[in-house]
Amino acid sequence: MKVVVCIKQVPDTKGGVKFNPDGTLDRGAMLAIMNPDDKAGLEAALRLKDQYGAHVTVLTMGLPKASDVLREALAMGADDAVLVTDRVLGGADTWATSTTLAGALRNLEYDLIITGRQAIDGDTAQVGPQIAEHLGIPVISYAQEIKIDGDKVIVKRQYDDRYHMLEAKMPCLITALSELNDPRYMTPGGIFDAVKADITTWGRADLKDVEDGNLGLNGSPTKIAKASDKVRKGAGEKVVPDSPEDAVSYIVGKLKEKHVI
Amino acid sequence: MNMSPETIAQYKGVYVFAQQVDNQVSGIAYELLGKAKELAEPLKTDVTAVLIGSGVKGLADDLAAYGADKVIVVDDPELKEYRTEPYAHALASVINEYKPEIMLVGATAIGRDLGPTVSARVATGLTADCTVLEIGDFPLQPIPGKEDEQLHNQLLMTRPAFGGNTIATIACPYNRPQMATVRPGVMQKIEPKKGAKAEVIEFNPGFTPNNRYVEIKEVVKAVSDIKDIMDAKILVSGGRGVGSPENFKILEDLAAAIGGQVSCSRAVVDSGWKPKEMQVGQTGKTVRPNVYFAIGISGAIQHVAGMEESDIIIAINKDEDAPIFDVADFGIVGDLNKIVPKLTEEIKAAVAAK
Repeated sequence: MKVVVCIKQVPDTKGGVKFNPDGTLDRGAMLAIMNPDDKAGLEAALRLKDQYGAHVTVLTMGLPKASDVLREALAMGADDAVLVTDRVLGGADTWATSTTLAGALRNLEYDLIITGRQAIDGDTAQVGPQIAEHLGIPVISYAQEIKIDGDKVIVKRQYDDRYHMLEAKMPCLITALSELNDPRYMTPGGIFDAVKADITTWGRADLKDVEDGNLGLNGSPTKIAKASDKVRKGAGEKVVPDSPEDAVSYIVGKLKEKHVI
Repeated sequence: MNMSPETIAQYKGVYVFAQQVDNQVSGIAYELLGKAKELAEPLKTDVTAVLIGSGVKGLADDLAAYGADKVIVVDDPELKEYRTEPYAHALASVINEYKPEIMLVGATAIGRDLGPTVSARVATGLTADCTVLEIGDFPLQPIPGKEDEQLHNQLLMTRPAFGGNTIATIACPYNRPQMATVRPGVMQKIEPKKGAKAEVIEFNPGFTPNNRYVEIKEVVKAVSDIKDIMDAKILVSGGRGVGSPENFKILEDLAAAIGGQVSCSRAVVDSGWKPKEMQVGQTGKTVRPNVYFAIGISGAIQHVAGMEESDIIIAINKDEDAPIFDVADFGIVGDLNKIVPKLTEEIKAAVAAK
């Protein structure tokens, strides 16, 4: 059984958000990490390796430094890593990203493709389903559990107020929720091997069956009209009352003033 | 991948995916219709709801009441429960047949699966999780010397990114339809017009199961009597600072006294104290009540993204530097265990005195 996991290197927005003095986001000061949902997807794949001897390949698209997350994945137990990097692929929206990754996946053998549900930088959750569409395979989003039964995969798919147990014939693409599992740590031996491991690097020319018009900034149907740091409402009053009674009369006063009570 | 201007000109009308579950229209569908009506006005066009399901035709009047001029119904037994493939086939076929210029989909657990699949199938752009939609020009300002290249009547889609730290406005100028998924709870429904009728069009593109049809082995609905926090006028929201699941009792008492509901932060859900459906924030629900009490909530940006549109935000936290105070209208530095029970008593007394 062959599993390809698509992973992304993202700035760590959880707790580690840093701003420049002018209020803009200081991306250079933020840690680059493996996207959490993708890491859960990788862990799910590694469990299939533990259980069924699956071969696990990790795939990413990004700048050359994105190889850091591939090495992390190798140190966790992935077998192979592929980096897709090329200047002409830069500035891609989700459409152009998905056509790129689909172009790389056409060169790989897979029974399952696992992606994270969404990346914490863009939060779109679009690339996984779009890859499945380009490859003509079924997609199951928001996976909470993954089981294998012969040539079928059985997935617990989360919705807002319910879940469905779904069965799909492989090959199939699954998008993983970070709630799926607790990813394992890298092992010392794994780290040692991963540093030396060969990472397959592909450029534009290595992508299969993709037109130039569907790649990079020019191949992106969505265009940014404006980007800015979010202007927040700003702080109102803050009081440090001497006693709980003072605090309560302050709150009740405000609620009466605003006609809430 | 760009379309020619002639092709683009063939796409007309504002369309809404009218999500239904168990043959009940989801609230997001009405919210999208409210927004679609606003967008249709400057475009001088009408609003069409696309209703997909099995035995759903009877819901057309509800959609008409909330602003749909037309309802396209795709009704087939294959569409009884949501599954990506037959639904994507239905919606993509409607788009290819009727050519809408704008296609709005709710950013729900269904829409965030259906939207990307359909946008890839019809080869157009999709902007995720939008919070503002308006009609305007692209580029926003004309480029000197190229004034005639500026496009008008474009859908401008604004969305947060980087965990709510930045916002971007995005256009899809050279492809149609312009597709967006929209966060539930952000757009406003119109007052329903009783007795309104829409033109109902039945359309069935044919459904032939293939490798992409998955099989539903089991449907497990969450049994819940929790009212939707998105409908609450007053929310009493607790964070990790509440200390324990048992201690949420003091928040429940306050909510009961003031006629509100209890909600919570992600930390509380992650600790297993409260169910996910009570979670406010980027990975939970977006709420905009009249009053939002943030009690023992530090105010991580992901939480703030889900509640900052509330009319009045009252924060109680013992940490003077908690970021929640940066968005609170009224911030109280103090011990919630001492303040909240007393506040409940005072509010009870104030209500009783009326």
